[in-house]
Amino acid sequence: MPNNKFVIAVYVDNQFGVLTRVTSMFTRRGFNIDALTVGETEDPAYSRITISLSGDGYAREQLINQMKKLFNVKKVEVLEDGECIKRELMLIKINNKPENRSDIHFAVDTYRAKVVDYTTDGMCIEVTGDPIKIDAFVELMKPFGIIEICRTGIVALERGTTSLLTK
Amino acid sequence: MKLTGAEIIIKTLIEQGVTDVFGYPGGQVINIYDALYKYRDQINHVLTAHEQGASHAADGYSRATGKVGVCIATSGPGATNLVTGIATAMLDSIPMVAITGNVPCSLIGKDSFQEIDITGITLPITKHNYFVNDVSKLADSIREAFRIAKSGRPGPVLVDVPKDVQVATYEFEEEPIPEKFPLPLAKEEQIAQAVAMLNAAKRPYIYIGGGAAGLGLGQEIIALAEKLDAYIGCTFMGLSAVNGDCDRFLGMQGMHGHYASSMAQKESDLILGIGVRFSDRATGKVSAYAKGSKVIQLDPDFSEINKNVTVDLGIVADVKDAFRRIAAEVGKQEHPEWRAAVGKLQAQEARFDSEQRERAGEKLVPRRLFDIINAKKPPKTVIATDVGQHQMWTAQYASFDGPRRFVSSGGLGTMGFGMGAAIGAQVATKDPVVLITGDGSFGMNLNELATAVTYQIPLVIVIVNNGVLGMVRQWQTLFFGGRYSNTVLERKTDFVKLAEAFGAVGMTASTPAEFEQAFTDALAIQGPVVIDTYIDKDEFVLPMLPPGGSIEDIITNVDTKGEKPNAK
Repeated sequence: MPNNKFVIAVYVDNQFGVLTRVTSMFTRRGFNIDALTVGETEDPAYSRITISLSGDGYAREQLINQMKKLFNVKKVEVLEDGECIKRELMLIKINNKPENRSDIHFAVDTYRAKVVDYTTDGMCIEVTGDPIKIDAFVELMKPFGIIEICRTGIVALERGTTSLLTK
Repeated sequence: MKLTGAEIIIKTLIEQGVTDVFGYPGGQVINIYDALYKYRDQINHVLTAHEQGASHAADGYSRATGKVGVCIATSGPGATNLVTGIATAMLDSIPMVAITGNVPCSLIGKDSFQEIDITGITLPITKHNYFVNDVSKLADSIREAFRIAKSGRPGPVLVDVPKDVQVATYEFEEEPIPEKFPLPLAKEEQIAQAVAMLNAAKRPYIYIGGGAAGLGLGQEIIALAEKLDAYIGCTFMGLSAVNGDCDRFLGMQGMHGHYASSMAQKESDLILGIGVRFSDRATGKVSAYAKGSKVIQLDPDFSEINKNVTVDLGIVADVKDAFRRIAAEVGKQEHPEWRAAVGKLQAQEARFDSEQRERAGEKLVPRRLFDIINAKKPPKTVIATDVGQHQMWTAQYASFDGPRRFVSSGGLGTMGFGMGAAIGAQVATKDPVVLITGDGSFGMNLNELATAVTYQIPLVIVIVNNGVLGMVRQWQTLFFGGRYSNTVLERKTDFVKLAEAFGAVGMTASTPAEFEQAFTDALAIQGPVVIDTYIDKDEFVLPMLPPGGSIEDIITNVDTKGEKPNAK
């Protein structure tokens, strides 16, 4: 269902409990979150939540409308694919077998990834990029034996000079 | 002026125009109750028998007046007892502010005695809620709570105040009540589109919901119907918004709606929905709903547009303003064929009605019960109900002589709602209040009889007693092969003695004549009166659209003599 995936950016009051209000609404209305990131913004009064989800047009409209009803939510915006920059960071730990070592290094170079930890049995690689690139890198590593994966979820900004908050 | 947090709470309530609150004291609200004592000449506190009763009373108070209802409870069990009442208000969009005490901030999160995370518990059932851990933010939090509760689509807001915040002191200055958050006004092109659709319609149907009930548009809606040659139907929550005596008004539609109203909606070519949310009980099977009709929806809540039913034109706006602009611009229409078609449906319904009366003979059946209540009730009577068959009969048969005179739990369907709500409605309006309840529902919160007696609240409580949980029994008869699992109440409760034990008056009635006498006598008595009224356990609420069914599946007649009625 890659076509049904979409990303929304939400500005919320930077207060305790606000993230719960947002996520509990998702649960209550039966929406599934693929990934969620949250952090401070250019304005300390607000946090920005970036949520990636899948769903049809109905789910998308309902979700945005329901979110706008929450009092701590200041701004909700769907980030359309062509109009935004999406990035994700992944740490991936894989087996380090001598016979695979050069293949792994070649992949790391090609993907402009970084080896950040190295032992004789395993290594940890840091990859940054568009989520599609991250997915592809995971696929590539599967044959070598993945030990552990940790992904941050998507952060995304619209292209151009506008800020969602003041737009 | 430096005040304690507890005093700030009460002073802010007074500032917001609150004159009555409902509640129950406890360890973590003693300070608030001390402040209530101090300001007792400015604010009236009604002590209920149970916090649930207080929450329903605040709700009933609001439904009957449109004012924000207020309830107060202590931490832990006091707070959790409010939950059903808050959820009831949420589902019916009733403005309410609930204030709870909590353990001091230093004890929060330690599973302290009577500590509960009530803001967490009520997150999904409030419009918004506050945990106020700083006395400097207390007054503004309460002000904002009121503003949120009554703005846009109203709803309940909870404010949780730890004990140390009630004790701490801070400057307090009275402030003017802020305006409600403004609603967008409908765009000119939306109004034009609605007007064009209404002018083009041949079979228009105006559909009133809870969002229109409190707007005082009754006469204007009737005038619009006259102008458009349209008919008016309503949802359960829209009852009493339009005067029932008007011949344009077909009554409630939906699962237990009037035959003519449900059928006319189906046969219409345009539905103008005003403050309706197309609940499943109103639409039946959504895929079959309003198939031949265009739908216009006016609502203040943008998330309601296209939520349950996809509409042709959704207008998110100040409903009153949008309605008036549309009404002013539509042209005078004549639809003789539509009048004839609806006339036929009304005649059909009248036939069902007279058949029903005929079958009943001299028996006390719901139809007859309401003939008597409608004829005898004084002007301005508020009718409150609990939940079940008696509630649907009230919705079908009771007449209301003004808006906000029907007080009932629609969305949540809360059995046990009635006693508290009726008390709240009476405290608010000082008008006569009749509570229609069932033996099942009354059993849930009959402890509030104590409250009604203490405050000498003139309340006529009609228990429509059939000895069974009638609504579930009806489903069991129709859809579960007559297997009456746990719906036969073989209780030996003597409601007359029970009423007397509480200090109220008790009566019984099993024939129309007895009921008429009892009801007349009850209205003359100061303080609460219970009339235990016996009806047959196999009286059905009809018509009925089976759950998940469409209008084609409507059941209008059931043979109650056999165990297996011949449902169509």
